[in-house]
Amino acid sequence: MMNTRSIRKHVAVGAVAVMSIGALSACSGGDDSGDGTTELTFWHNGTADPLLGIWQDAVDEYEAENPDISIEVVPIQNEDFATKIPLALSSDNPPDIYFNQGGGLLATQAQSGQVADITDLTKDWIDGFGPAAANWQVDGAQYGIPYAMHVVGYWYRTDLFAQAGITAVPTTMEELDEAVDKLKAAGIPPIAVGGKDRWPDAFYYNAFALRECGEDVLKKGLADADLSDDCFTKAGQDVIDFIATEPFQDGFNGTPAQQGAGSSAGLVANGEVAMELQGTWDKSVMQGLTDTDLDPLLGWFPFPAIDGGEGDPSATVGGGDGFSCTQEHVEECVDFLHFLSSDDIQKKLVEASVATIPVNEAAAESITDPVVKSIYDFNTDAAYVQVYFDIALPTGVGSALNDAVANLFNGEGTATSVAEAVEAAR
Amino acid sequence: MSATTAAATTDVAAAAGSPSTSSTTPPRRRSHLRKRLELLILIGPATVLFVAFVFLPLIAAGYYSLFDWNGFGPLVDFVGLDNYTKALGDPLFQGAIGHNLFIVVASLVVQLPLSIALALLLNGKIRGRTALRLLVFTPYVLSEAVTAVIWLSLLQPHGVVDGLLEGAGLGGLVQLWLADQNVVMFTLFAVITWKYIGFGIILFLAGLQGVPDELREAASIDGASGWQTTRLIVLPLLGPTIRIWIFLSIIGSLQLFDLVWIMTLGGPGGASTTMASYLIDRGFRRYEFGFGSAVAIILFVICFVFALFYQRFALRRDTQGAITGRVE
Repeated sequence: MMNTRSIRKHVAVGAVAVMSIGALSACSGGDDSGDGTTELTFWHNGTADPLLGIWQDAVDEYEAENPDISIEVVPIQNEDFATKIPLALSSDNPPDIYFNQGGGLLATQAQSGQVADITDLTKDWIDGFGPAAANWQVDGAQYGIPYAMHVVGYWYRTDLFAQAGITAVPTTMEELDEAVDKLKAAGIPPIAVGGKDRWPDAFYYNAFALRECGEDVLKKGLADADLSDDCFTKAGQDVIDFIATEPFQDGFNGTPAQQGAGSSAGLVANGEVAMELQGTWDKSVMQGLTDTDLDPLLGWFPFPAIDGGEGDPSATVGGGDGFSCTQEHVEECVDFLHFLSSDDIQKKLVEASVATIPVNEAAAESITDPVVKSIYDFNTDAAYVQVYFDIALPTGVGSALNDAVANLFNGEGTATSVAEAVEAAR
Repeated sequence: MSATTAAATTDVAAAAGSPSTSSTTPPRRRSHLRKRLELLILIGPATVLFVAFVFLPLIAAGYYSLFDWNGFGPLVDFVGLDNYTKALGDPLFQGAIGHNLFIVVASLVVQLPLSIALALLLNGKIRGRTALRLLVFTPYVLSEAVTAVIWLSLLQPHGVVDGLLEGAGLGGLVQLWLADQNVVMFTLFAVITWKYIGFGIILFLAGLQGVPDELREAASIDGASGWQTTRLIVLPLLGPTIRIWIFLSIIGSLQLFDLVWIMTLGGPGGASTTMASYLIDRGFRRYEFGFGSAVAIILFVICFVFALFYQRFALRRDTQGAITGRVE
């Protein structure tokens, strides 16, 4: 029988456990062993192949070339970075190399003082990255570098489009609505969205805002975290109107985005839903969730134009994936990151569709898939590429925006509620 | 708390032992020293752990909660109790408290009678009793994360659960288990029940071993029916176990996190947000660690106050003297 002491301990331990969830799991290695080898810890988000294998191969190759370096590879589920990174950065032992997407989140993380300023160490070769590297700068200093860039658009199943009698990809909202109707008529759920994770919902608000707002208004709105301009209200209304056409799969508010066959990526990969508005990395995620070769089955088109919008229809939302270094082994870390941008590895990333838009232009030549090539060209010709709103905004504000858009997907809120949430979180 | 009890016990022991050693002073002093050493060895490690991992983090959280702080850098932006008023005024947090209370009440109303009934059943002499006991206890052994992932995939639209219902001709009962705001809490409660019912059953089975067979035999000789024996003899004697179960169940319900986080992330639209998931969402996703600490303190106070009152008024007869120091 339990006695009072153990009960009370249970209460106290329980209460504090809630407050310190994850604290213990955030420890990392990175200590130098006695034999002169430098040990680096490498946190990335490639928990499934092909990315998992590519990073492991890269590490093996790098270790072979640099016998004095040993890298501990720690694949971590993408969504878990949100909780693991702040704890790691407030500890004495953060990972030496860690995944992030730059922007406002990296700026917040840099306030920890643990993220290394690598401006000097990268200045000889960073120009080759072009504008992509800018998203990893905080106040003009380089705090990380990308390994792949993405834009957001619709991945679609060519077989299901054909089955529904859709002959050309939609270029306007009207055409998208028609395609949705045709798919429904053919008994195919038209669009998958991972509403459980909230950020995929936000892609819709991002995309509509890019079409409704002129570039200057949009950039100023995000810079000031002030979305009170009319065009943002129109974007909010566009989201509400689009949801009202019921284009999404059953139970979309409970669907995860990238994990498992039941995720929005998995549904498209397995031919159960016809399309999904996602980052271009999604093709590699989808390929990881099915045994079928998706190359001949997947097509891509950008978010359609809308009537009367101020935005350029060739503008797109996008961003990149990259890594930052922490202070302890900054030189070794930067050298490894430079290695990751080499032709060889960039080509591997391109061939596996992990990077549809490589940061190393030499790798662009190895794009053979015509669909990926069309994405690459679309990106090159884009009027501008706006970083995902939740990344561009300060962290708390970005999350508040995602939450507010997710509420719209749950039928709660109005055309102005996203702007109001941003205002409240600012 | 435990220190007082232990000290009292040692006092009694020392007093009892003293007459035989009172003729000379050194042994007496030695026993005094020994008493202190015993105290140090027995209570020391626990105290150190308690202070380092319970008390200090608690104080730190209380301190952080008074600042607007993103988790990095010095605490400079003192905001007093603003974080508390902001949290308590947030409809999402109010909803979260409501969801926790729903689980508390539903557990008491559904799980308690169910566990007792099943324990009584498994306590009887039925074939395959051991196998059945093992079966009901299995889900409890699974980690919450594993449970959540299993049920997340079973409950997908057009998934296994929907398929089974349709196969049984109950297709009309199919819901958007995790995506419908009006259904999601019931779904989560069902999964919680599946997971924790075995724990209750094992607890009650243990409690039932403490009910002497003689009492039941005496009752049946006096002409009591099976139901009367259960109601008037067995259940009252199971009282202490029931009160402990209620305590553990309520604390667990108030701190519900893992299942919710993995299965719904508190959604859709905040419909399954609990106090703990709200805490993590705000603290870690928005880097609002000051605010998150305030929420943690609120959660702690709710649990602690409940625990104190429950100890004082409900558990007192089972644990006489433990709190007040009196032995009645």
